Amino acid sequence: MIPMNHYLVVSTILFFVGIYGFIARKNMLAVLISIELVLNAVEINFSVFNRYLYPERLEGMFFSLFGIAISAAETAVAIAIIINVYRSVQNIDIRHIDKLKG
Amino acid sequence: MEFTLLIVAVPLLMFLVLGLAGGKMSHRAAGVAGTLGMAVATALSYAAAFRYFFVEGKVDGVFQKIASFSVEWLRFSDKLHIDLGVLLDPISVMMLVVITTVSLMVHVYSLAYMHGEKGFQRYYALLSLFSFSMLGLVVATNIFQMYIFWELVGVSSYSLIGFYYTKPSAVSASKKAFIVTRFADLGFLVGILLLSYYTGTFDFGQLTGNEASLVLDSTAGLSFMGVSVASWAMALIFMGGAGKSAMFPLHIWLPDAMEGPTPVSALIHAATMVVAGVYLVARLFPVYYFAAPDVLAMVGYIGAFTALFAAVIAITQTDIKRVLAFSTISQIAYMMVALSVSGYGGHDGLGYMASMFHLFTHAFFKALLFLGAGSVIHAVHSNEMGDMGNLRKYMPITHLTFLIACLSIAGIFPFSGFFSKDEILVAALHHDPLLFAVLWAVAGLTAFYMFRLYFAIFWGKKKAYDERHAPHESPLAMSIPLAFLAVLTCVTGFTPFSQFISGDSVPFETHTEMSVVVAGTLVALLGILVARQLYIKGGERPAKIATSLGRLYRATLHKFYLDEVWMFMTKKVVFRYLSDPIAWFDRHIIDGTMDGIGWTTHRLSSSVKVFQNGKVQFYAFVFVVGTFAIAVWALFL
Repeated sequence: MIPMNHYLVVSTILFFVGIYGFIARKNMLAVLISIELVLNAVEINFSVFNRYLYPERLEGMFFSLFGIAISAAETAVAIAIIINVYRSVQNIDIRHIDKLKG
Repeated sequence: MEFTLLIVAVPLLMFLVLGLAGGKMSHRAAGVAGTLGMAVATALSYAAAFRYFFVEGKVDGVFQKIASFSVEWLRFSDKLHIDLGVLLDPISVMMLVVITTVSLMVHVYSLAYMHGEKGFQRYYALLSLFSFSMLGLVVATNIFQMYIFWELVGVSSYSLIGFYYTKPSAVSASKKAFIVTRFADLGFLVGILLLSYYTGTFDFGQLTGNEASLVLDSTAGLSFMGVSVASWAMALIFMGGAGKSAMFPLHIWLPDAMEGPTPVSALIHAATMVVAGVYLVARLFPVYYFAAPDVLAMVGYIGAFTALFAAVIAITQTDIKRVLAFSTISQIAYMMVALSVSGYGGHDGLGYMASMFHLFTHAFFKALLFLGAGSVIHAVHSNEMGDMGNLRKYMPITHLTFLIACLSIAGIFPFSGFFSKDEILVAALHHDPLLFAVLWAVAGLTAFYMFRLYFAIFWGKKKAYDERHAPHESPLAMSIPLAFLAVLTCVTGFTPFSQFISGDSVPFETHTEMSVVVAGTLVALLGILVARQLYIKGGERPAKIATSLGRLYRATLHKFYLDEVWMFMTKKVVFRYLSDPIAWFDRHIIDGTMDGIGWTTHRLSSSVKVFQNGKVQFYAFVFVVGTFAIAVWALFL
């Protein structure tokens, strides 16, 4: 059986790649993809901890399923927002989207 | 006696109706409505007076204090609370009759006098407001209610003096009246607070009952700067009374208040509001007499000085309304002296009775004098004596009624002023010969200046009036009040006043002292004769005498420069050494602190706002760094 740490290393790499992408990428679609990476890293952790620490229970697995569903919904909303932003400014460069400051 | 509440409520209702809907009414409708309202209040007052004096008021030979209505308005503690109510006792019932009668006369008179004036409806609304406040003042069950109505009276007086608000002199006169009386009321309020702090009550019955033992017990042994607390409190309360009643040196507002319409002067500044101070002292008389006799003595000396002072000034004034104003000051001072020389019960309480008697008779004949003067002013369109003369041919009714009032104020039998003034002189003689001497001299001066006025207006040299605009008798709405008040002036003197009003509410018998009657009548006749010699022909003699008196005459003409002294005190002393530093403190310390707080906040937020730049990724970066910092802190520290 593969030790738990291997999974955790993978999810950590995935998480930080996601964070980096979220901060550094200029295209809003790329930023959205980065958010998905972060979410996936979290879901891997849920499944792994559930499987290795409490094999007789299923809550972690269900959390992962919930997370996948939520991220799908979130992606749909985000894409809709991006399309609307594109319609109004003909651009999806995130550096130009700074008019929402209070 | 619950209906007495209506006496106060009806004028208030009229004020609300005329004040809110007056603008939509015609002049005639507003005037008639206000007059009818007052007529109802007058009828109710007469009914109340009859019921009180002859049916319900007297129990076992003593007039009772009846609170015919009372509600609790504000409660401070278990003991201390402010009520609003209607208190009936001999003096309040007497005042109800005086106020409503004079007010009704003024309402009727104004129908003609104010005819066609702009703001006629406002005038009637304000008259109703004034009547309401004054009636509320006299029926107050406690000293705080009195204070509330006291201020209301001040406000309505202010707006009536400033009725012609486009005239700068009227505006400044109304401001002066308001500020001077308000300044005096500061003392009144402090006095009330002192008194109620120690006694724990505002109620007149509790304060004055049992020979003021509550005040005596609760302030026993307490003193401040060598004067007992009771004396301080009563002196401060008297200060409020002195302001409203125009006692020296707070009298300066009353002559200027003559800028208001003449009927207003008759109602407010002769018959009713200015006697509020006398009424206040009378109301608290047992407290003054038992707890603060030193203050009562001071009231007497201030009163005597004011009486003399105002009488002397009245001699030189040429504006007929100002002569009457100073005469009012002098007569009110008379009432104050009478109170101060009074004892408590039985015949010793003659001064108290005499004071209220003079208040009663004075209200009618002084209102008559003012309304007569108004009638004259209406005819010749001037306030100056110099523009009048020989008017008896043109205005017979005004002439006759004015003469009756003059004889009354001079103290000639059988007019009402004779009786009340005589009682005051008797009371003064028994108490303090010095006060008697002053009052006696003032009686002579009064006769002199009133008949100077009378001869200058109605006799004097033949004046060439323009034939087409010759003065003529005033309309009926003005002559009827004059005639009615003249009748009152003739008959009120015969009221057996001591049967109704006395210091301890027990009726007593008075008897005539012939020596005082003779002395008083002689000095009055002397004054009249001198005035006749000097003014009936209107020659040059008065001017010559004035020149020979030189500086004294000029000082009197300028009212002994009291106005200038006050201006100096306020402008050069109070403003410079008190108001200006306070203003500086307000502008620099108070405002400075507030501005400083605002400035600091502004600077702080300017330096922080660079973080809020709208760049989502920057926010995310800060968020991540923060999370790391917290994680590191949680793991390693």
